[in-house]
Amino acid sequence: MSVPSKVRITRRLFLQGSSFAVAVAWFGRLFSVRLPERLASWGIPTPWYQSGPVETTFTVCDMCPWRCGIIVSTVAGKVHKIEGNPDDPKSRGKLCARGQGGVSFLNDPDRLMTPLIRTGERGSGEFREASWEEALDYVAESMIEIRDEVGPESVAFLGHTSGDAWFVDHLAQAWGSPNAARPSSSLCTSPREEAALLTVGRVIGGHEPVDWDEIEAFALIGSHVGEDTRNTVMQDFSAARARGAKVIVVDPRFSTAASKADHWLPIRPGTDTALLLAWMHVLIAEDLYDGAYLDAWASGFDELAAHVAEFSPEWAAPITDLTADQIRTTARVLGGSLPKAAIVPGRHVTWYGNDTQRMRAVYLVNSLLGAWGRAGGLYLPKSPYIEAFPHPPYAVAGSSGGCSAEPGEESTELPLGPSGKARADGVRDTFLRGPTAIQELIPPMITGNPYPIKALIAFGINMFHSLPDQARTKEALKALDLVVAIDVLPQGHVAWADVVLPEATYLERADDLWTVAHKTPYIAIRDAATEPMGNTKPGWWIAHQLGTRLGLDAYFGWETIDEWNDTRLRSIGQSLEKVRAMGGVIIQEGKPYLDNYEGGAPFPTVSGTIELVSETLSESGFDGLPVYEPPEPPPEGFYRLLYGRHPAHTFAKTQNTPMLSGLFPENELWLADAEAERFGVDSGDLVMLTNQTGATSGPIRIKATQGIRRDAVYMVHGYGHDAKGLTRANGRGASDAALQTRYALDPISGGAGLRINFVRLERVS
Amino acid sequence: MTRLAMSVDVDLCLGCEACLVACQTENELPEDRYRLRMVHITQGTFPNLTGEFFVESCYHCQDAPCVNVCPTGATYQNEAGVVLVDPTKCTGCKACVTACPYGMRYLHPNGYVDKCTLCEHRFDVGQLPACVETCPTGARAFGDLDDAADPIHEVMNAARSVSTATSKAGAEPRMFYLNATLIDDLDQEAFVISREET
Repeated sequence: MSVPSKVRITRRLFLQGSSFAVAVAWFGRLFSVRLPERLASWGIPTPWYQSGPVETTFTVCDMCPWRCGIIVSTVAGKVHKIEGNPDDPKSRGKLCARGQGGVSFLNDPDRLMTPLIRTGERGSGEFREASWEEALDYVAESMIEIRDEVGPESVAFLGHTSGDAWFVDHLAQAWGSPNAARPSSSLCTSPREEAALLTVGRVIGGHEPVDWDEIEAFALIGSHVGEDTRNTVMQDFSAARARGAKVIVVDPRFSTAASKADHWLPIRPGTDTALLLAWMHVLIAEDLYDGAYLDAWASGFDELAAHVAEFSPEWAAPITDLTADQIRTTARVLGGSLPKAAIVPGRHVTWYGNDTQRMRAVYLVNSLLGAWGRAGGLYLPKSPYIEAFPHPPYAVAGSSGGCSAEPGEESTELPLGPSGKARADGVRDTFLRGPTAIQELIPPMITGNPYPIKALIAFGINMFHSLPDQARTKEALKALDLVVAIDVLPQGHVAWADVVLPEATYLERADDLWTVAHKTPYIAIRDAATEPMGNTKPGWWIAHQLGTRLGLDAYFGWETIDEWNDTRLRSIGQSLEKVRAMGGVIIQEGKPYLDNYEGGAPFPTVSGTIELVSETLSESGFDGLPVYEPPEPPPEGFYRLLYGRHPAHTFAKTQNTPMLSGLFPENELWLADAEAERFGVDSGDLVMLTNQTGATSGPIRIKATQGIRRDAVYMVHGYGHDAKGLTRANGRGASDAALQTRYALDPISGGAGLRINFVRLERVS
Repeated sequence: MTRLAMSVDVDLCLGCEACLVACQTENELPEDRYRLRMVHITQGTFPNLTGEFFVESCYHCQDAPCVNVCPTGATYQNEAGVVLVDPTKCTGCKACVTACPYGMRYLHPNGYVDKCTLCEHRFDVGQLPACVETCPTGARAFGDLDDAADPIHEVMNAARSVSTATSKAGAEPRMFYLNATLIDDLDQEAFVISREET
């Protein structure tokens, strides 16, 4: 492919249009001596910004799934610097450590550089180099063989990171497999999305619709702003605090957000629903709810009031290990600011298996506060308008979901693949609804029930660090007839593939438009800033090559990604060229508040109201109102394993990135000082971790701290890689995923609750 | 005169380390070296805790010990008060690394000492230092203390308190922390801070 012609503007000209303008330009006159000339005479490399004309490319970051608009600076085709795009509604000209570190992700010497075909046992990592022709032919021929034998539904498509839509949506649906999934659904956001659909008839979506500009009080429950480094949320969080907004943080650990909170509630893990019920009790008992709003928009208030009457702060205090006074005080903080108050919908919410009900409780609090569709509460996001690239009807409807996916229609009829089979993940059988539950696609690979899954196309997903029960995943990888890994890095599971297809990074490839449901819906373009390294190729090209080999030419009626994007943009009177020239972003008008919906239906539930009581759930045999279910306590000698993020790292993806690795090369185990003393360990000591069924991970260094409860330990997710090819990350720290040998299936959303695993410590000498 | 200075509002800073990597890419530092250092402090006893982030970089001292000790004149202070190293004159003797009271210098693998330059190369194209430009929470400010019209005065005057590293060896630091509360007990080797209510 050719790199699209870039917008050629010099660094100086470009900056005149930036938000900082030339306010400090006068400093220039102070520096008469030009450093580079002197450096050059000494053989010291010229700084990049003076080594040639600086070209800039507008595109979208992919160092995390938040996906900020960025401006990439290159000199002679080499990427040097990445900055936030001031016109982008997410980055607003700012960028986090990971976004800045994209330069280093691009230049990671451990990257996959050429197609590979397996020569040794699966898992051995023994491969030979292959041409793209040979590798793609191998994959296509194997897929066709499986389709002819057992049907296209027996190929599973699992994907993550941008570009995944080419495989889990477009190719999977054209091919005819309903077994396409993303970890961002059932291992992350499914419960919050299903709870939102059940309660207000709308999804939360990839950009949580908190109306930060005007909010006056908010609560975070197990949500780690500052460590989970979504750029915009950090900006909004700090700005809201600076305005004087009150912050309540509910977390067993003294997180960054907790250190910024007015009220930190170090709750006993797994008891959040008890707190939420008690908050509702206080809001109703003390008349701190928006009665007029509920009369106008909601149904079931009397039943809710009767339901929470018994759940007083005194009832919740011993359950949550908080005081009744703390619970009452924080409820009043929220209620006192209504409707400019809300509990922020968390992101990773698959904790204990009853997560849809807990999220329903979160949304009921938000409903009592009158937050939905109100300024300072939760705005109503709108998707930008743009047409899809024209294609024939798909062979099967999509159900992959994902935190940024467009809402799908929840129907009683499951879509069937071309040979008459529905999803193999057990939906309607072991759980009620929602997008494909990725972890439930693993058993059919081993057992053949309800029908065999024989092939796996894994795009950008980390099979061992995202899915629970690594042993089961390995068993599945052994049993499959075909395993294909499309990836940038030689992650652990790549060693198990029959065919490895090396993908170009986001900086080396253009990609489909980035469309964001938002307060101001917007579309951003993704352009390549440089040529793909080695023999790597963009995901869209790989999908296109596979699609045409699979006889799906009609779905790939385009030659280049530019043609695809330009066609889509012309459906709204734009063109790729125009959007490049105007800064990479098109912003449309939103409908954020209830006032924008006069005569419309802002809450498209079954009843058309905010359903405080869910008939849909009670008709299916579930509680129509959330109830508290106590979590299993840790056995004697064990701690509950909690996990989270480091601000410079994303999932298990960036630990090997040279610049980011240096900031946090290995994770550490937060252990309460009192427990460390009891156990005779100190900060820096190494321990191995063993879970309740004997799975081990480590060694990991202790961080003895006052900042965590005694019944839990905490580590940053994504470490403890077992992947020889990741030379920096391999074997460093411990893996929470390796210790998550069990999960609690949420019977409503299919989410996999991961916080039901316990660990004990063993000293390492 | 011009006296350039930088400030970090500790109340706004979330410790995300974006500034460290922005500096690293802008200035093409070795992959494991940083001109900035993130210090996270937690005080108190569970559950009564407070925590703050202090992100340090060169304090660009008015009377800089590193300048005074440099035997070759490689370390110098320019007209705007920015402490710089001329790598062509630096022999890598590390006298300045030892002399810096705050530990904000390191020996670059190319054989010269490296440190924060306040991104002086960005000034004449109208840009703020890379760390200031990228900071997601807007915690950082940069400007001229001798220019009453410079916006940094507004930022610093609005702060509830202004702190800086304790003046050592004659140094008068020009890197300020705004709204810090957890400084009374700080007495680490390279991190001693004094605080002034405004």
